[in-house]
Amino acid sequence: MNKTMLEIKGVNKTFGGLHALSDVNLQIVEGETHAIIGPNGAGKSTLLNCCIGKLIPDNGSVTFNGRNMIGMPPHEINHAGMVRVFQTPEIFPDLSLMDNLMIPALASRDGTIKFNPFKSMGKEKNIRDEAMQSLADFGLEKFHDQHAGSISRGDKRRLELAMGLIQHPTLLLLDEPTAGMARHDTNATIDLLKSGKMGEMTKVIIEHDMHVVFSLADRISVLARGHIIATGTPEEIKDDPKVKEAYLGEEQEDE
Amino acid sequence: MKNLFKSNAVIMLVFSAVVLTAPIWLDPIGANYPDLLQKFAIFGLFAIGYNILFGLTGYLSFGHAAFLGVGSYTAVWCLKLFTMNVFLGVILATIISGIFALAIGFISLRRSGIYFSILTLAFAQMAYSLAYSVLTPITNGETGLQIAADDPRYLDSMLGITQQSEGIPSTHFFGFDIKSMDGYFGFYFAAVVLIIGFYISLKIFRSPFGLKLRAIKSNQTRMTYTGFNTKPYLLAAFVISGMYAGLAGSIMVAIDPLAGAERMQWTASGEVVLMTILGGVGTLIGPLVGAAVIKYLENIFSALNNSELTNIFSWLPEAIQTATVYIVEPFVGKGWHLTLGSAFMLVVIFLPGGIMEGFDRVKNLFGFGKKKSSSEGEAK
Repeated sequence: MNKTMLEIKGVNKTFGGLHALSDVNLQIVEGETHAIIGPNGAGKSTLLNCCIGKLIPDNGSVTFNGRNMIGMPPHEINHAGMVRVFQTPEIFPDLSLMDNLMIPALASRDGTIKFNPFKSMGKEKNIRDEAMQSLADFGLEKFHDQHAGSISRGDKRRLELAMGLIQHPTLLLLDEPTAGMARHDTNATIDLLKSGKMGEMTKVIIEHDMHVVFSLADRISVLARGHIIATGTPEEIKDDPKVKEAYLGEEQEDE
Repeated sequence: MKNLFKSNAVIMLVFSAVVLTAPIWLDPIGANYPDLLQKFAIFGLFAIGYNILFGLTGYLSFGHAAFLGVGSYTAVWCLKLFTMNVFLGVILATIISGIFALAIGFISLRRSGIYFSILTLAFAQMAYSLAYSVLTPITNGETGLQIAADDPRYLDSMLGITQQSEGIPSTHFFGFDIKSMDGYFGFYFAAVVLIIGFYISLKIFRSPFGLKLRAIKSNQTRMTYTGFNTKPYLLAAFVISGMYAGLAGSIMVAIDPLAGAERMQWTASGEVVLMTILGGVGTLIGPLVGAAVIKYLENIFSALNNSELTNIFSWLPEAIQTATVYIVEPFVGKGWHLTLGSAFMLVVIFLPGGIMEGFDRVKNLFGFGKKKSSSEGEAK
């Protein structure tokens, strides 16, 4: 078995009286695509936020490649190699698509702080080429000088993905990458996430859409009311009676 | 072609030409006198620097006049203690106001949005009040800090430079009297500093640093998850804009060697915000245009009175002339703020991008080619 990349141990998080996460244990293994599913309010986003430094768990530990992530500011977690792709596109709406991609590329090159007020952006050929290549990979090159706020929602999601990928993360955290997408866009995103570099990358995916989950995931963890109730391969999860009760059963009846 | 018009060298060349020939092309609108031209350059410099903070990062500071004041006091003390050559004062004022900006920015930037604005306002008002009270030995309180004939000027006396004439000596830049050429030397001195300041601003706008600042304005949360520690970037922008303010304050002193606390009042801080918004927030040249418009209104419109208006409208039939003068009068003279206020409201409502957006719209309206419009937009 490959080595464990991200290890979440005994993580608890309460908001007031609400137990958002209780004693969550999860191991993400190098090279796998791990889906976290669960009904609304199960604590999926809270778990992700605890990993990237947006929230600090009440207790427990989050270890990434042997380094403790708890209490580390978000920008350092990013440089440790854990990059999050947001559910609602968190882009730079007033900047061009090109700039939107050059910023994460600069972050990877310059680190958390680097002052270069007298360098010319026009001379940053490497960064520029890298951004343009990434736009082309995602089919966005025709919008390269448009404001990111002006493109369609689906394109924004793709831009968001491109911004995560240009940083060459070791672990990519995807928060509902296909939420709100039309069926053919969803399928295109699935293909994108399976192909090339993206396919080999270690990924954690939070997703509602079972079609996406079963197309992509190597392993699935089911989160319900803040507890991990099952972890296993898609087949194991499908047959797990606890999961059926908590989640899949209801979902299948709806469909 | 597009690249040619957008290259730094071309922009700087056009900009320098426009600024240095200002006495010629401002003559027809009655703005060709050194006192006003100097104000254009000084406040233009102030606003260009302020725009690096407000325009790029979106952090609205209401306290930048404090740095202007600090720069002014530093420059006067340099004149008093060291030398009548303004060079030293200008350099020291920039550095010291930068140190002040570092301290105030460090504390104010712990908050963002309206709380940041209030913190900067509080600091500036504190500086203003202190200048009138506790710091009177340094600031000379209400009288204002002035130079005197019997100031020590250690550096000048060490170098054996003695006063040629009795009375208060005049400021000079390596021997060139600032007041020479009927005061135009003062303008050219300020204009050259403005051109240097504009060049630095241009470089910052087009650097990775500038891009990062713009990204902070667009989505600061995302910046932190993209791997940037945003605080040092904001502090750097704050310090740079504070240094510009101090530089502008020292140029004021170089031309007219006195400093008063009223320069630090919150209305002065508000004025630079108005200039930036009126001209165009986040544009290279907008703040300078805004500064020029406001100073023009302040100096020209406020000087108009009833008889001059009657003269201006003398070509109208008498009844209409009287009526027109009656309507226009509240907007000029003491009421020039009414003109400024109306202009400001119109710009904010109809041209959120400021006067620069107006220029762009006019150009698009007449269907100028893209290369032309971009060159003028940035060079004007």
